[in-house]
Amino acid sequence: MAEPARLTREDVAHVAALARLHLSEDELDLFTGQLAEVLDHAADVASLDLAGVGPTAHAMAVTNVLRTDEPRPCLDRDEVLGQAPAVEDHRFRVPRILGEAP
Amino acid sequence: MSAPRPALETATMVRAGEVSAVDVLEHHLAVIDAGEESVHAFNLVLADAARDRARAVDASVAAGDDPGPLAGVPVALKDNLCTRGVPTTCSSRILDGWRPPYDATVVTRLVDAGAVVIGKTNMDEFAMGSSTETSAFGATRNPHDTSRVPGGSSGGSAAAVAAGFAPLALGSDTGGSIRQPAALCGVVGMKPTYGTVSRYGLVAFASSLDQIGPFAHTVADAALLFDVIGGHDPLDSTSLNRPTPRVLTVLDDGVDGMTVGVLTEFLDGVDADVAARVHQAAEALAAAGARIEEVSVPEVALGLSAYYLIAPGEASSNLARYDGVRYGLRVEAEDTVAMNTATRSEGFGAEVKRRIMLGTYVLSAGYMDAYYNQALKVRTRIIEGFATAYTRCDVLLGPTAPTTAFALGAKVDDPLTMYLSDVCTIPSNLAGHPAISVPFGTGDDGLPVGVQLLGPALSEGTLFQVAAVVEAAAPALPTPRLTTGAPS
Repeated sequence: MAEPARLTREDVAHVAALARLHLSEDELDLFTGQLAEVLDHAADVASLDLAGVGPTAHAMAVTNVLRTDEPRPCLDRDEVLGQAPAVEDHRFRVPRILGEAP
Repeated sequence: MSAPRPALETATMVRAGEVSAVDVLEHHLAVIDAGEESVHAFNLVLADAARDRARAVDASVAAGDDPGPLAGVPVALKDNLCTRGVPTTCSSRILDGWRPPYDATVVTRLVDAGAVVIGKTNMDEFAMGSSTETSAFGATRNPHDTSRVPGGSSGGSAAAVAAGFAPLALGSDTGGSIRQPAALCGVVGMKPTYGTVSRYGLVAFASSLDQIGPFAHTVADAALLFDVIGGHDPLDSTSLNRPTPRVLTVLDDGVDGMTVGVLTEFLDGVDADVAARVHQAAEALAAAGARIEEVSVPEVALGLSAYYLIAPGEASSNLARYDGVRYGLRVEAEDTVAMNTATRSEGFGAEVKRRIMLGTYVLSAGYMDAYYNQALKVRTRIIEGFATAYTRCDVLLGPTAPTTAFALGAKVDDPLTMYLSDVCTIPSNLAGHPAISVPFGTGDDGLPVGVQLLGPALSEGTLFQVAAVVEAAAPALPTPRLTTGAPS
């Protein structure tokens, strides 16, 4: 398999945005170098010819793990909500998620 | 000082009423008082809760009941194991103030077995690291030399046992995070077969690799703890619903007639003094009746690269839940995406950010086939390579870590060099196999060396059996200078 192009500073900025992380200019420089080094090390994996080899997502895969469909106690609502930074009317409260109305 | 009293002996004495759980606990709290400032093994010492618990164990014995196989034994918990109502931090600022609404299954099993939870131990942030230096609360130090790291990520648990703060501890092992610190701190540490110990209540790092396992001074104590925590749990859908090997009963069975393979790839690039200890352990096993062979599993050389694609990929998904909405830290901002971003940027440390970004990158469009999917195929090849070796060998032998404990600060600014600390431990996680690190003398610097035994899935009985023989032949370790006093 062809090796992908080397990781750039723009790639890192893009990935940070996807992962909801804000990086300073210095952090962008530092992480670009460090992550590129790790990916260079992974070139031995990226360049292998593994056609015909199946992927393993779980080494000890178990399938169809079901239980009988019976109601049972769940976590206490107030105890769970008690851990939240902000709560209103028994719900998690967040800042606005859409822009201001015109 | 005298050697610490084994947990097995303590439990037997507590059950017989020969020593009180309260006295056992007070002894350990005194050792913590004397040594914790220089080691920093704990994020939280639960002295009051542990005293209540020890009194309850004693009351149970006085009433003629049996508190269980860990009666009155203090156990330290890695701080990524959920404890109801008790702060669980993963050594991260992002879980600031969080008190889980439930106990991990392993915690429930410990309590049901009569154990006394003594505290929550320091770790690399979200178990990402090999030195316990990425903790948001400062590094843990190696009790054998406080200028050195204890290893990681379960460095607090390893150091707590080595320093005599607790006879037993639990850690989690995703790429070596139990075995490597066990080796560097001179204690026994074991990673079970994937699925034999419930992960319910273990804060997820890389879900297909994470396993909880024991730390102890002796192979027998590690066996005792494994027997308590193992077994099917309906609350973990990856828990194996089949009999878990019982290990405490096989420790005296010896290695006569077994074949032990010395894994040549694991000796490539390790320090000469560490390699010498592995060969010495092999000679001891030969003297006890095992056949020794050199075995090559070339696929394991790809393990490190595959791991640092798979584990960050899984981590980037698992850690998406830390968004400032339901628990832990929130940094306020004008809208929700800005709040999520501000919270995560302030709450996570550099190593966690690196792994989240690496994982997001290898799972992103255009790179997933080249990196992540390739790594999953390498995982298949590693499993096949081990399977071939296990047609000839009962167990494999190698070093646990390539070096003894390194200096604090030596590798923390160089992620790739730090990652190489896990080169001998990662393959077992990728294969889902069990492995155990047993102390075996010291390196040229006088610091502990661990030798590692690896086996196929569900071979815990055989591993403990062989580990007991290795332990019996091991050169004595120096006592950590921080440990004072004898057990009460």
